[in-house]
Amino acid sequence: MRRLAFIVPVVVFLGIAAVMAIGLGRDPKILPSMLIGKPLPAFNLPDVRTGTGGRGLASSDFEGKPGLINVFASWCVSCRIEHPFLMRLKAEGVSIHGLNWKDKGDAGARWLTQFGDPYDRVGYDPTGRTGINLGVTGAPETFVIDKKGVVRYRHVGPVDPETWTTTLKPLLDKLEAEA
Amino acid sequence: MKRLLALILALTVVAGPALAVLPEEQLKDPVLEARARHLSKELRCVVCQNQTIDDSDAPLAADLRAILRERLTAGDTDEQAKAYLVQRYGDFVLLKPPINPATLFLWFGPALLLLGGAFGVWRYWRGRSVVAPAPLDPDEQARLKALLSETS
Repeated sequence: MRRLAFIVPVVVFLGIAAVMAIGLGRDPKILPSMLIGKPLPAFNLPDVRTGTGGRGLASSDFEGKPGLINVFASWCVSCRIEHPFLMRLKAEGVSIHGLNWKDKGDAGARWLTQFGDPYDRVGYDPTGRTGINLGVTGAPETFVIDKKGVVRYRHVGPVDPETWTTTLKPLLDKLEAEA
Repeated sequence: MKRLLALILALTVVAGPALAVLPEEQLKDPVLEARARHLSKELRCVVCQNQTIDDSDAPLAADLRAILRERLTAGDTDEQAKAYLVQRYGDFVLLKPPINPATLFLWFGPALLLLGGAFGVWRYWRGRSVVAPAPLDPDEQARLKALLSETS
């Protein structure tokens, strides 16, 4: 009984400390995605770029092949930071699809002309509704979609070499190998 | 000076909380608009996070306000309109989280800690009063008698 009086506060303290340590280690700005494990919400968007034969981005584009959707906008500062790395990935032969989110007019197209175009397909979402259906809270965000069109991962913030090698690339390889 | 003070005072009284809801966003139907205003006070701006979508100037908050009004106009109940946003942004979009296993501690943790503290205090006080001194043994009684007779 005596010993219990000492052990109980220690256990309670360790419990609270553990909860708080977990809380401190997490970025509160990153919300859990509601879409993980669910199929992409249906969308069929036009291309913001001209001269691409009108191919936009549709939710049905992911059947049979895993893919990436990178949410970007010309007003987004972090997208500017992320962009050179996306260009590098394109040079390495990685296929990336873009979602031009809440951009006015041809601002997205001009951005791609100015800084280079790392995208295979680009969907133009000026109202931001497709982004909201995806649960996007800001740009840039990157989604990994599997062969069945199911969302498997969401990365918030710029894709950098570390995220790519430790998370995105291994996941894509795994999805590629899936039946 | 007095005039200036009066002016400042008047302006302070007039200034209400700054709302981000723009006049052109508002619905024509006052009943629907009132419902939308009431609901948007319960919904969190997912960009700024500690503001309601009603208070936030973030473009995404404006989009969410517009969606909310669209849902209501389309005939959604309050619950359906909220569920529409929860589907996209999770329970986080609600400023008042629902009671479920993940939020149990959030809801009842403070009461639990208070109860624990009250129990500790009760134990402490009871422990102090319960320890009554043991009666004196015959030796001690003899010494006490001797001491008392010495002083008297």
